[in-house]
Formats: sequence, C-alpha cells, structure tokens
Amino acid sequence: MTSRVYMKGNEALAYGALDAGLNSFFGYPITPSSEIPETLAKEHASKSYPSFRAFMQAASETESINMVIGAASTGALAMTATSGPGFSLMQEAMSYASGMELPFVVANVNRAGPGLGNIGPEQSDYHQCTRGGGHGSYRNIVIAPNSVQEMANAPSKAFELAFRYRNPVIILADAFIGQLKEDIEFPVIGKREYDVSWAVGGKGKKIINSIFLDNNDLEHHNNKLQSKFASMQKEAEWEEYLSKDADILIVAYGIASRICKAAVNAARDTGINAGMVRPKTLFPFPSEAIMKHSQKEFLVVEMNDGQMASDVMLSVKKNVHRHNRMGGNIPSKGDVVSKMEEISNGILA
Amino acid sequence: MAYSLKMKSPESLEHVSMHYCPGCEHSLLTKIIASVIDEMGIRERTVMGVSVGCSVLAYKYLKCHHIQCPHGRAPAVLTGVKKSDPGLIAFTVQGDGDCVGIGMLETMYAAIRGEPITVFLYNNAIYGMTGGQMAPTTLQNQITTTTPEGRDVIETGQPVDMMKLIGATGNASYLKRIPIAIRPKDGKADVKSVYEVKKAVENAFKAQMKGGYAFVEFLGSCNVNWKKSVIDSKRFVHEEMVKQFPPGLYADKFSLEAK
Repeated sequence: MTSRVYMKGNEALAYGALDAGLNSFFGYPITPSSEIPETLAKEHASKSYPSFRAFMQAASETESINMVIGAASTGALAMTATSGPGFSLMQEAMSYASGMELPFVVANVNRAGPGLGNIGPEQSDYHQCTRGGGHGSYRNIVIAPNSVQEMANAPSKAFELAFRYRNPVIILADAFIGQLKEDIEFPVIGKREYDVSWAVGGKGKKIINSIFLDNNDLEHHNNKLQSKFASMQKEAEWEEYLSKDADILIVAYGIASRICKAAVNAARDTGINAGMVRPKTLFPFPSEAIMKHSQKEFLVVEMNDGQMASDVMLSVKKNVHRHNRMGGNIPSKGDVVSKMEEISNGILA
Repeated sequence: MAYSLKMKSPESLEHVSMHYCPGCEHSLLTKIIASVIDEMGIRERTVMGVSVGCSVLAYKYLKCHHIQCPHGRAPAVLTGVKKSDPGLIAFTVQGDGDCVGIGMLETMYAAIRGEPITVFLYNNAIYGMTGGQMAPTTLQNQITTTTPEGRDVIETGQPVDMMKLIGATGNASYLKRIPIAIRPKDGKADVKSVYEVKKAVENAFKAQMKGGYAFVEFLGSCNVNWKKSVIDSKRFVHEEMVKQFPPGLYADKFSLEAK
C-alpha cells in the first residue's frame, strides 16, 4: 500500500508486516489485538501478498508462539499478535527463542491487568517486555509506537532488528494506539535479504538449541547473549520535544506521550518550561539521551504502577515524579498540567 | 520369510556414547530412525523437533537438523516448520508427559488439523527423565514416586489411550501402536519384533511424504524407574502394558502396510 489511507492502528501494523515480507502468522484472538489476525486472514485469503505463505488461527497462545518458533527456525519472517494474558502464556517460548537466537516479531497490544483486567489501555506490560518476562537472563527488543503511522512503520523495523541480532522483537502498543484511527502513508520497503545461514534445512547439521549441559558452556553462551544485548544499545530511538530549555521533563510513551505533548504545550502557555523525551524503543532504553537532562525535574507519566520510572531513575540516578493511571484509564491533559504546576511550585508529589 | 537387519552403523548416527539407561529402547529407536533416514536419503531435509524428556539430547545422536522444543510443544513447532517450508520432513520423539500431559493441546490439534508431521510417542508409563513420577499412561496400581501406594485411577484418572484420542480426530493417515521393548523368547531377544518397529518408522515417514499426519506409539520399557530387572521390564511391556494399550494398526489411509 503506498497511498494515503485511514485505518486502525492494529490494521496498520498488519499491513506494515505484509509490506515487510511477512511469511507466516500464527495467532490466537484476544481483545484488543484481534484486528491483526483478522486483517491478515483476509489478506491471506485474497492472496495479494506472494510472500505471505501461512496464516493459521492456533488453538491457544502456547500453540501460536511455538508455531512461530518453528517457522522462524526455517528462516521465515514469522509473527504473532496478542495482549497481556496471552503474552504471559508465551513467556516460556520467548525465553527459549532468545536463548536459541531466533528472529521473529510479537505484537503485544497492552490491555489493563492484572489477571483478566479489562480491555482498556494500560502500559503495565512494560517490565514483562523490557526485562525478558520469562525465565533466565535474556532481553527482548521492544518498539513502542505512539501513532497509527508508527504502527505501520514498526514491523519493517522490527524484522530488520530481529534478523540483525537474531532475537525476538516486541511491538508494544497500548490498546488505545491499537484501536485509534488516523490517516497514514505506508512507506515503500525495498526487497530485503536476511542472513539465514543458521536456519534448519539443507546441507550440514543445523541445531537450534538452548540447552548446554556443561555449566561452563552455558555460562559462555549467556555471556555471549549479554554482549549481544549490550551491543543493541546503539539501536535506541527516542524523540525530544521542547526539551532543551525545559525545567520539567516528561518521559512518556504510547498514548500517554500524545496526551503529554498537549500537556507540555498547555504548560508552556502558563509559563512553565515543560518538555518531553519520548522513548520509541523501550529496550534498548534511551538512557544516554535522558541522562543528558539529568539536572532537570522529571515527571514520568505512564499507565501502570511506575514501571518506566525505574528506568528513568536508573538513568538519572535520582528520584523522579510520577503520574500513574491504571485500570484502562488514560492520563488527562489537565491532570498532567496540574502535576507540573505542583512540581513547579516546589511541592513534591 | 527370513528377516534380516543391516549390521552397518547408519551414516546419520553420530558416533558418540548415548546417555540412555542400559535396558532402555530409546537408543534402539534412535538407531532405527538414523537407519531409515539413510535408506530414504532424506537427511538434509529432515528436521527433528527435540522434545523434553529422555529424548532431550537426541540432537547429539542424529545427523539431521534439530530444533529444541519447549515441553509438549513439538507438534506446534513442527507445524510452523512445515507451513513455512513444506519441503522439509518434520518429526519428533516424545515421552508420555510431553505428548499426553503438558502437550495434549498441541498433540491433539496437530492431529485435528491433520498436519503433515510424524509423531513418535515413547510410552513407558512413567516420567523417566525426572526420576519416575506418574505419567498419564501409568497403569492402575502401578507404583511411581508420586503414587507410592500404586496409581488410584479414581483420584488420578484412567491411563490415556492415544490410539483412541488421535483416532477420534479421523485425521491420522498412519496410526499405529507397537511394542519396541524386545519380546523375550526362550531367554533370547525376538529379532522379528525389531524389524516391525523399523517398518513402522518407515511408514510414519512415508505417510508424511504423502501429505498425511502420522502417529506411532511405541510401548517401551524403563527398568530403572520401574525398579525391575531388564528382562522383567520387557515382560511388563509384553504382558501388562499390551493389555492396557493393545498394539495394532489403527489407521492406514495410504495402505502402507499392505505393501
């Protein structure tokens, strides 16, 4: 698709994946992500994308993610889409995949939790996604779109990073961005060739494996993975808005960042020097960019219990202000402005 | 008819010591699979989904390609493999827990869809790798580390008959149950039984190559965890297990056994 179109975030993500050369999609419906498999089912049936060989609605999230592991092991561009409760079911497989150095993409459209929660937007899967939510020492690359345009752009970037580093990449959108409709333009993506010399099939004996019975072998493997995760830091992406002369710097991503941009403008109108740093990748976290502003007052606005605030604090090595909403509620511009006024008046919240 | 087995070590078998317990038929199954891969000339396009259980180190023993699968998930992993690269041959060797316990959903749905994969279940009525706990296929009154007084089927359910469950999907192209424990005959091994096991492995690959789903359940022994002598373990398979799990050909849509 190359003309301007008006569509939902979830649909844009699906088309973005197709444009990036998606080969296989295996998924299980879960609100608020189901438009992704629905769009892909429609396009698979229409046969309009020659690379898109396989679509299957699996019987569960464990089935889905393991089918993705199988397809990815052959070097194919494979993907699944889910929300929190489903992503929780996938954690064992995510751990395996990172240990086995497999490239694939998982879209997590974050809903409110914990448990069944509701289908409203939250950002409460931040820790689960950025820390490696399964067992063992590993990391997922996490891309955080904040617009339907970024949903369309994300899969291409995600597959590129997945194959460059041979690691799963999560596109973490909140339910609001997944459901939001905006008009966008799909970027033209040229033909891509990925190195899949490690994939199964063909000459030789390829082993896609995460078991190393000898402790020293496994430690060596872990150290190799850790070096790889450290080398990902150069892929950190972020956006700064009026940050240079700001006294109070908001850090926010996803829908919260859209609201906070309006709050920054409103605060500036009342004479508060507000600004914002918006992480576009949550892992790697743009800690260096944030550290450059460490003398400023920070306000981390997120729809969870303060998960990204920990990463901001680690970057600037001091306490930060927080504004948290949960349960599917989004921050209001007015509340964020009031919070900045409190900070500005020296009242610590 | 005279039966003979090739005595040459298969090309597709790595020359390493195997970790399997003495008296276990996993090593025999591994060697048979290597032999069949050689004879069919399919090594370069064969992918093994290495499951969790006693077969977990199979990637060290066979020269085909390997994907280590999370516990119970091999049929799903292999479905993904076949969907993205249908030219590959995909098979797995699973234990009772992997196939019938934790992997029940993945096992059943691959059969429900009739995915062109080959599943080998090594049923030894116990969890071997983890030290002898109850399996879904443990027999009534059988003593295990989690049924120290013998399995009470009222509490824990009946042993699961996979021929019935897979058969009920109507989608298996080749569905067979056969003892792999060598039949004791006058204090010696009955060689004929090994030949039939090899035929079952061959047919299970052939069925996949014709586009069908194949499931073969081997009745195997576990002398270590059953706390029996090797010879008594073989007897347990051929005298007790076959009563609960009758061997036979349960589906053969391509008439592979008629040939």
